[in-house]
Amino acid sequence: MKNIVKQETMGLNGDEAVAYAAKQSDVDVVAAYPITPQTIIVEKFSEYVANGEVNTEYVCTESEHSAMAACLAASVTGARVFTATASAGLALMHEMLFVTSGCRAPVVMAVANRALSAPLNIHGDHSDTMAERDSGWIQIYAENAQEVYDSVLQAFRIAEHLDVQLPTLVGLDGFTLSHTLENVQVLPDDVVKEFVGTRQLTNVLTHEGKTVPFKLDPANPMTMGPFAMPNYYFEFKRQQEEAMKNAFKVIQQIHDEYAQLSGRSYGDSLLEKYKLEDAEIAVVCVGSTAGTVKTVVDELRKEGVKAGLLRIRTYRPFPAEEIARSLAKVKAVAIMDRSMSFGGNGGALFSEVCHALYDLSTRPYAANYVYGLGGRDTDSKQIRKIYEDLQRIVQTKHVDEPIKYVGLRE
Amino acid sequence: MAISEGKFTIKDIAEKPDLFLSGHRACAGCAPATVLRLVMKATRGPTIVTQATGCMEVVSTIYPYTSWATPWLHTAFETAGSNASGIEAALKILKKKGKIKNEQTDVIAFAGDGGTFDIGIQALSGAVERGHDFLYVLYDNEAYMNTGIQRSGGTPLGASTTTSQAGTVVPGKMENKKPIADIMVAHDMPYVATAAPYYWKDLIVKARKGIEVNGPAFLHVFAPCPRGWRSEPSKSIELTKLAVETCVFPLWEAVNGEFQLSTPSKVIALAPQKKKPIKEYLAVQGRFRHLFTPKYEKLLDEIQRLTDERWKRLLKKCGMA
Repeated sequence: MKNIVKQETMGLNGDEAVAYAAKQSDVDVVAAYPITPQTIIVEKFSEYVANGEVNTEYVCTESEHSAMAACLAASVTGARVFTATASAGLALMHEMLFVTSGCRAPVVMAVANRALSAPLNIHGDHSDTMAERDSGWIQIYAENAQEVYDSVLQAFRIAEHLDVQLPTLVGLDGFTLSHTLENVQVLPDDVVKEFVGTRQLTNVLTHEGKTVPFKLDPANPMTMGPFAMPNYYFEFKRQQEEAMKNAFKVIQQIHDEYAQLSGRSYGDSLLEKYKLEDAEIAVVCVGSTAGTVKTVVDELRKEGVKAGLLRIRTYRPFPAEEIARSLAKVKAVAIMDRSMSFGGNGGALFSEVCHALYDLSTRPYAANYVYGLGGRDTDSKQIRKIYEDLQRIVQTKHVDEPIKYVGLRE
Repeated sequence: MAISEGKFTIKDIAEKPDLFLSGHRACAGCAPATVLRLVMKATRGPTIVTQATGCMEVVSTIYPYTSWATPWLHTAFETAGSNASGIEAALKILKKKGKIKNEQTDVIAFAGDGGTFDIGIQALSGAVERGHDFLYVLYDNEAYMNTGIQRSGGTPLGASTTTSQAGTVVPGKMENKKPIADIMVAHDMPYVATAAPYYWKDLIVKARKGIEVNGPAFLHVFAPCPRGWRSEPSKSIELTKLAVETCVFPLWEAVNGEFQLSTPSKVIALAPQKKKPIKEYLAVQGRFRHLFTPKYEKLLDEIQRLTDERWKRLLKKCGMA
């Protein structure tokens, strides 16, 4: 790590870290609509625009649906595009999220994760992005404001990579990250400029046999977003899946390149393993809760308990094989979901992690912990209790309650 | 607004290559297809088109074929306005940064009445409020034809559609047509006009004005659908003439909010005896057939009254009352 760039420490909350990263990435178009707890991002960006600190066309749309439609249209016109939203805003974008990934538009979006109504709640949980897990977007979840900054910079490279060409979102827990001031190390502008580079366009073959950039270009007229019948639609979808698979390698490659530059890395970019090597019991989670879990792991380790953590940083594409490998030797695992899958077999993360473990010859016991909905705090005592449950599961070789709710009045 | 109409003689138009090509799968007698072709004859140079979901999108871009000889984007039903916003914003900044050629590139958004009066009105209103430089063309066939003739906010009073059916107790659609072009004028936008393909030159000139004006422009084009209107496919264009002559669909322009009648309607304003009764227009369309039965014929008077009232209001706005 001898080439690490000298960096400046700034006091930024997660939203400000997003805005700062977007500013440094020389975004061409931002189209966005304000929603708590994302508002600081759009306000900060407006400030950059007002002071001439960015060379960006900033479109304040009249809804999130229009924001995503404008982002998509700007992206296929060849622009680097960024937006941000949360909760109901993401839900309103739902239709356009699929169209954006289907059009292979590499839009980058920050989502300040927030609960969905009803009842109305502005606080943090993962209901919004988890509900969009099948929308064809790459999903990366950050643990702290530093990772938010680093991940947004990486997101442009990932989304725009010619082997990927998929929209990418970075999730940051509402308020816990979006509004909490932290020391954030930022790279100099010129270093970011070089790292992020300018947007490259895929070359495609026209029916006339010409190789042209994939964009709306009067010099090379192209029909985008056509009508595909059953004889073609399926192949489009298969290609999107292929791009998701390609993203595994690209996410790691860009993460490693960034680590060389900044000195910061987050596991292997897909997963972060914390004291998991020899762990007998482990927690799996995404987002800021991992910070609390790490503290508890440290305490338990001091007490001689072989506890560990597996933080899923990249949730889409879902690194199932690596998750299985990471947990193969663990005896019992607690999977923490910060959203509900009503009527499902536990939360989404639980289902998918269990599925990943299914093919192992010896599987750990698995229990689901739904926590923190609507911003309910989850403290170290509660996490500790989860590890105690896991110890008991190991001893009794039995999972009494496969799905539990943390800190809930029953 | 100094458009030379001389630019658009039959010869000019015939010589200009089409940007909306033949081979699309529109029905026989489809007026919207004619409207698209005429509007694309009005372009002044590089042009990007975006289109809402609807008949014209579906018939012209069945993968792997396309009828568009110009860059074209479709994303969803309600996004003609927001897509145009994104394209225009991208062109502006990419030009400024020198990432694309610094040449005038126009943006045209096409949407039907469903995509404009109803589901797309918010995106359209927002795009106009933000002042994006684009021409929005509404091809109004007065119902959701693509999905099978369901009523829209653009369906006129008394029309029978599959969701406002004329039955034994209900005489078709019970609500009046939303005055969409007036709503757009109320946005304080620089150019709004109505057009009908029978008056093809008027339509092309208005489309060109909309393209050339700085900022958003809105063109409301009357576009019969023989399938949905239960009308004769060979009469679609003539029906638009009849709509103008009965004042069901008067032709006008509002430049910076100032209304003025276009010639075909001005002729009627100056010689009111030329105004044809509404029955002549309604009688040739199966969607109004039930109005010519004793049970519902009173509604004919009501439609005539409403048409007259709207015409009078328009004359007042044009200073011709």
